[in-house]
Amino acid sequence: MSVEFDQKAHETLADANLQLAIYTSTGRLKRGRVASVASDVLPDYQELRTQANAIKKHAIDNLDYYLEEFERNVTARGGKVVYCKDATAVADFVLGLAKERGAGLIVKSKSMTTEEVDLNERLEHHGLESVETDLGEYILQLNHEKPYHIVLPALHKTRYDVAEIFTRRLNAPHETVIEKQTALACGVLRDKFLKADIGISGANFLVADSGAIVIIENEGNARLTTTAPRVHIVLAGIEKVIPRARDLATFLKLLARSATGQFLSAYTSFLSGARRPGEIDGPDEFYVVLLDNGRTRLLPDREKRQTLYCIRCGACLNACPVYRKIGGYSFPGVYSGPIGAILTPQFLGVTHEPALPFASSLCGACAEVCPVKIDIPKVLLELRSEVQKAETRDNRNRLERLSFRAFAWLMTHPRLYEMAGRIAAWMAPAGEGKWISSAPPWMNLPPVRAWLSQRDLPPPPAKSFREQWRQRR
Amino acid sequence: MASVLEGLGYQVDFPENQTCCGQPAFNSGYRDEARAVARHFIRTFAGYERIVVPSGSCTSMIVHHFAELFRKEPETLERVHALEKRVWEFSTFLTEVAGVEDVGAHLDEVVTFHDGCHALRDLAIHDAPRKLLSRVRGLELREMQPNDECCGFGGTFSVKFAELSGAMARTKLDAILQTGATTVVSLDPSCLMQIQGALSRAGKAVRTMHLAEVLASR
Amino acid sequence: MTRDHILHRIRTALGRSAGQAAPADLPPVRLLVPEVDREARILSFTARLEALGGTVQRAATTQEACALVAAAIEGKSALASNAPFLAECGIAALAGVETGITDRQRLQERCAAIKVGITSADYALADTGSLVMLSTAHEARLVSLLPPEHIAVVPVERLLTGLDELFTVLPRPAEQTSSMVLITGPSRTADIEQILVRGAHGPGQVLAILVG
Repeated sequence: MSVEFDQKAHETLADANLQLAIYTSTGRLKRGRVASVASDVLPDYQELRTQANAIKKHAIDNLDYYLEEFERNVTARGGKVVYCKDATAVADFVLGLAKERGAGLIVKSKSMTTEEVDLNERLEHHGLESVETDLGEYILQLNHEKPYHIVLPALHKTRYDVAEIFTRRLNAPHETVIEKQTALACGVLRDKFLKADIGISGANFLVADSGAIVIIENEGNARLTTTAPRVHIVLAGIEKVIPRARDLATFLKLLARSATGQFLSAYTSFLSGARRPGEIDGPDEFYVVLLDNGRTRLLPDREKRQTLYCIRCGACLNACPVYRKIGGYSFPGVYSGPIGAILTPQFLGVTHEPALPFASSLCGACAEVCPVKIDIPKVLLELRSEVQKAETRDNRNRLERLSFRAFAWLMTHPRLYEMAGRIAAWMAPAGEGKWISSAPPWMNLPPVRAWLSQRDLPPPPAKSFREQWRQRR
Repeated sequence: MASVLEGLGYQVDFPENQTCCGQPAFNSGYRDEARAVARHFIRTFAGYERIVVPSGSCTSMIVHHFAELFRKEPETLERVHALEKRVWEFSTFLTEVAGVEDVGAHLDEVVTFHDGCHALRDLAIHDAPRKLLSRVRGLELREMQPNDECCGFGGTFSVKFAELSGAMARTKLDAILQTGATTVVSLDPSCLMQIQGALSRAGKAVRTMHLAEVLASR
Repeated sequence: MTRDHILHRIRTALGRSAGQAAPADLPPVRLLVPEVDREARILSFTARLEALGGTVQRAATTQEACALVAAAIEGKSALASNAPFLAECGIAALAGVETGITDRQRLQERCAAIKVGITSADYALADTGSLVMLSTAHEARLVSLLPPEHIAVVPVERLLTGLDELFTVLPRPAEQTSSMVLITGPSRTADIEQILVRGAHGPGQVLAILVG
């Protein structure tokens, strides 16, 4: 297990305020979800999940077909589709276009994919101003931090943190009333929207039969980002494509409910290109950047391919007892929670953070709430197996491997297994049925020490089950 | 468990060659080792009409994951599929195979029930243990809130991520203590070990019992 | 070319070849339109939008609708879209209401300056309390977005049961417009301490007037 991972997890566990913030925020979202999909509120919830899973499976299994259909339909209406293999390619494209258009100011709406490619950093490095317009993301941008949660990026910030950030970065008077903080930020950002040359958005869905993208939001910043500037660039992973506009009747009923418990978010935008002749406002140019960045590396594996079904609702984060304790910053990479635990190792390789697939009790709460029925525990188990194979190959973690070989050997030799049980019982500290709080030095192996750091060990029974069984006979 | 089953008229055997279902190795990513242990299990339990398991996690391993382990061995896979049909978690066996809810048990206790994750989610077990507990004379069952959260055991997770596992256990303790129950009952010995270990460390007088122990109480 | 390279990688991973069609196992479209009478729809729409902090009023006639709008914009600067239905109601002719703007720059300037944006809507959705607005020569996007208050005046015949009915009557929105927006209540954020604030970048007040 990596030191960095343990350290970050430990810091979060030790921070009582943060524990409370994470637990109550995710608890609220969790309860919202449960209420909005209850059987008397959404009777066909399970059928919708099955349908959503089937549509995603089909789309991913035939990804090239749907990407080409999408591309054809975007192009037919005068838009442009650009394929980018990684972060550098995306930055090159955006910078190139910005230069051609003489653009200096960019506004962007919330997009985890843009985080993946460090878009803001790259653009700023080249002298462009790229402003986050989602309130939570804006606060984090001012403070140079990354998002804490897929849906609630600033979950870990209090109003006092925000007041301090606004005072320091915006020279604003100290203000702790949340409505006023919101108004302040929105005032600054409105000015940016109306002056920006380029608007960059993500996309929740790419609709193949329409050449359209769908954006789901609550604030209105994505609508403004994709309406006011003359140029609209969409950045989306290739896996976001769905076959038909009519499939949205399925996905839209699941996404907002799974994310926050809303039936629909405040704004659901279906955008199919630059403004048409006669339309009064809207962008003049429409680009869709389709990003690979490791997604094609996932595709060959039939068992783990389902990782790409994700529609980024965040329900798994809110359901996960591990995320709710160690929070978003304990996870390496852009994505946290259960989806992060399966995406990041597949994007970056299992050896990047070998602890990640093991940081789960496999409770299955994530799989239960996933609107597209990704079997996250199954993928975690597959990744664990891959980690061990990699560690064997690199000749690491030998002690553990030897222990499990010994385990297998013992478990296939029943007489020795029984004898080992007797020896352990005999050697364990005496103390008539009392649970064990500390171990004598010769017993204090790492697993025992780890267990005892948090809870007591059971005393060995007076008689083993086998002994009792034989006596009955 | 044996006495409860015998009390219902079943002939119960305990094949002494049994050791483990292999889950610890499987969950830690050691599939070859898990396979070896699973093979031993399949051999040991061949020839029994029904196999009753006092553990949700072991049952889940056998009926859901053995097939994954042997996906490339068609002959063994056939035996696995036959085995899956004969393996029952204890409370499900009572309610669905034996068709009973009242086994004549008596226990004067205020009890809360912990749903282990494998039982609850992998095996969809929720009502069976509650029905059985409702028929125990003298027993009062109180549901904890929330009642669907992991106790934090997770096998080797409990030692690899000890601090995190401990934090999850303490959250579970809060829910338990809120009910005022003096006993926690579960289907899974591993959950019980985690919960009892945390209770003991916290100096609480609440004890844990396996469902089978409750049902055997007179 | 990156495009060909990425598509090639995808095909190799999936065992597919260039130009190959998708197999026929695409799950059939699932659209189940319930039977709900008009009054029930109105009740549902009203309950859902009001639960989100919006307001719903009913007008039996276009004249009534006009009176309701006049009352709502009393003392406030207002701009109406070029929707024919607003002209039909006489709203476009109300004193103090700017309308008839077709220039993009001017529209943006005015929408940023005034208090109330008045539009019609192409559809409304009863089970979510949503307004469905297509961007056209008659309805610009910014009128329902920049001003802090939004009034939508909608003939009640356009009130559909929900998403399934919407995609049944409009299976290919892209053929009609570059932008279709489902507006479900006022703009909102809960990004700071999960405290709900209405009116972030979009209107904080939404009034829907159902006519007929």
